[in-house]
Amino acid sequence: MTVGATTTAPPATTAGPLPAPASPKRERRGRRSGVDVRFSPYLYIAPFFVLFAVTGLFPLLYTGWVALHDWDQIMGQGEFVGLDNFVAVLTGSAFWRAFTNTVSIFVLSSVPQIAAALLIATALDRNLRAKTLWRMGVLLPYVVAPVAVALIFSNLFADRFGLINALLETVGLEPVRWHSDRFASHVAIATMVNFRWTGYNALILLAAMQAVPRDLYEQAAIDGANAWRQFWAITVPMLRPTIIFVIITSTIGGLQIFDEPRMFDQYGRGGADQQWQTLTIYLYELGWTRSDFGMASAVAWLLFLIIVGFGIVNYLITRRIATAEGKKS
Amino acid sequence: MQSSKHIYYLLASSTALTLALTACGDGDNGASADDGDDTGSGSGRQIELSVATFNEFGYEELLKEYEADNPGIKVTHVKADTADNARAALRNSLGANSGASDIEGMEVDWVVEFKQYPDKFADLADPEVEGRWFDWKTEAVTLEDGKLMGYGTDIGPEAICYRADLFEAAGLPTDREEVAELLEGSWENYFEVGKDFVANSDAAWYDSAGALWQGMINQIDYAYEDADGNIVAASNPEVRAIYDQVLQASVEDELSAGLALWSPDYTASFQKDEFATMLCPGWMLGIIEGNAAGVEGWDVANVFPGGGGVWGGSYLTVPAQGDNIEEATKLAKWLTAPEQQVKAFEAKGTFPSQLEALDSDVLLESTNAFFNDAPTGQIFVDRAEAVKAQPVKGPRYFDINTALQDAITRVDVDQTDDPESSWAKFVSAVEALG
Repeated sequence: MTVGATTTAPPATTAGPLPAPASPKRERRGRRSGVDVRFSPYLYIAPFFVLFAVTGLFPLLYTGWVALHDWDQIMGQGEFVGLDNFVAVLTGSAFWRAFTNTVSIFVLSSVPQIAAALLIATALDRNLRAKTLWRMGVLLPYVVAPVAVALIFSNLFADRFGLINALLETVGLEPVRWHSDRFASHVAIATMVNFRWTGYNALILLAAMQAVPRDLYEQAAIDGANAWRQFWAITVPMLRPTIIFVIITSTIGGLQIFDEPRMFDQYGRGGADQQWQTLTIYLYELGWTRSDFGMASAVAWLLFLIIVGFGIVNYLITRRIATAEGKKS
Repeated sequence: MQSSKHIYYLLASSTALTLALTACGDGDNGASADDGDDTGSGSGRQIELSVATFNEFGYEELLKEYEADNPGIKVTHVKADTADNARAALRNSLGANSGASDIEGMEVDWVVEFKQYPDKFADLADPEVEGRWFDWKTEAVTLEDGKLMGYGTDIGPEAICYRADLFEAAGLPTDREEVAELLEGSWENYFEVGKDFVANSDAAWYDSAGALWQGMINQIDYAYEDADGNIVAASNPEVRAIYDQVLQASVEDELSAGLALWSPDYTASFQKDEFATMLCPGWMLGIIEGNAAGVEGWDVANVFPGGGGVWGGSYLTVPAQGDNIEEATKLAKWLTAPEQQVKAFEAKGTFPSQLEALDSDVLLESTNAFFNDAPTGQIFVDRAEAVKAQPVKGPRYFDINTALQDAITRVDVDQTDDPESSWAKFVSAVEALG
């Protein structure tokens, strides 16, 4: 309350004496302030754009330039080859296999992840005992280094002497061939990703949930809505912008997934038959194992276009849901 | 307040103690520096050298010794966990033309690809070191114009390690002399004995088809690339023949435990009775001992099918981008001298590539308690002398061999392909390399 009292103090002091109307003496200064008015806003926002140009735009364009050349990692720039690198990448089967893997792992991770994050956030939004403990708890997997996570999980998912298969065998089930079977390897990697990111997303959603006015829930409760109905009729619609944000960020992250598949076996190349080779692993192999920066850059650009494509599709879908829901209410 | 003051006091005093202890350590080093002859520049100018290695080179103590003997030189040791990561880091710094260490360790499988960039490395040729190594060790890093790109550190002469207890249970001889006699000869013989073994045992004959592949391909002079540098991997009948032989033995005859090298399953399998023999370069002893801690029965036989063979081994090179090429060369020369390499052997079991080191009593008399007190020094000296030549590896060796290892893994470990379809995938992978 005391804080509120101080803000009610008269604001007059901030204005100070008003500037006198421009006198002839001040004309030149006025012109200068015209320049000032016109250009200084650009100057104020310049740091962002300069930084973006240096760290975002330039590498992007330069990668495109590299992609048009024969470019050895050590020897540097070679001949200009036009779109040859793109053609070589797109006509090879490796790229498409990596693309399928990436999308598959992305779907297997993002969808359950966001659903689970939503449920966890709802649970944390209740009046729990030791609230902070639980909230910090869900963030814990995010704090653990991904490499450590991958090491633990690669022991869980070891084909022959792994913990999960040992458990399956004790209850009489067939062991899963986590590294040989393509789909099983995607599930295993998606599990690592979910382990790491679900809590993080849950906290973002929780923050948004806290901003939902409590009286909406009270009214709904008075109207006889149960918790489930309240969740769908109040929580989810109120969270829509946050959910869109979470979906977009997890799309970008999911399509660039690298750490988990790289750490999934001892070689980090995505399996002997490319079972879990994602686009970023493929890119890394081209550039850093085979030393072909031209091809690697071509893949980088294609990956960029794919992410933009997915982003647009996601945006359109979620916007449509948003407007449809909006009309309904 | 009282308690936190107390903590500060504790912290302060423990820091002081640590400082005092380190100071003592420095004092000791100083003392030993005095009796070494001062060959260093000693003009008060501090030279910093960095040495990049991977796995275990056994250089920790040696570098300290060098610092003590050469005042004014400070050596930092950069260690990568695997050879692959060391290779990637080195490629990166060569590409960026900065960031490489003054001395870079290189593995024999990929040292050759760096021969494509001779200007990136200092010439280490020096009359002083001529004849220091096995000829074939030096030839692999000598360029056409006589430039020497690296000094040899260790080599991986191969013997056969085996589980005497499993041999006994299957009715095979257990004494290492008898086992050596039993396995003497060709790979066919090794596989035949294996068939006898698996008929009488639950265990497999060897750990992994991939390991067998390394042993066999390293006995072929021009495996993947011919003398002119053309890629012949897919058309070389020798390659296809051993590919078929390995997979026949591994899958059809069920001699392989079907483990992927270095995987968690592979590491865990040493604690169980999964397989009875392994191809065993010197550096493998440490790995077996580590993974199989507590398992009794390991021994090593002085034999290798198909003649001698080497698996692994490394070099030290001096990238041309360094600021102290002269001092770095001096250090590399010192590290790879026979005396130092014997010390590295004592520390980590890396087997020296220097001819003179093979006469060292320390080496010849060393035994290994874990391997039933086998005279490992003598065994590996014999194994090294059985090696007549090191296969010629071209610049694409590493990439092609990786693709071939994948092909074998698909059949032996993953069972997603049969030998024929997996070979087809290998062929297209090689074509994609261009």
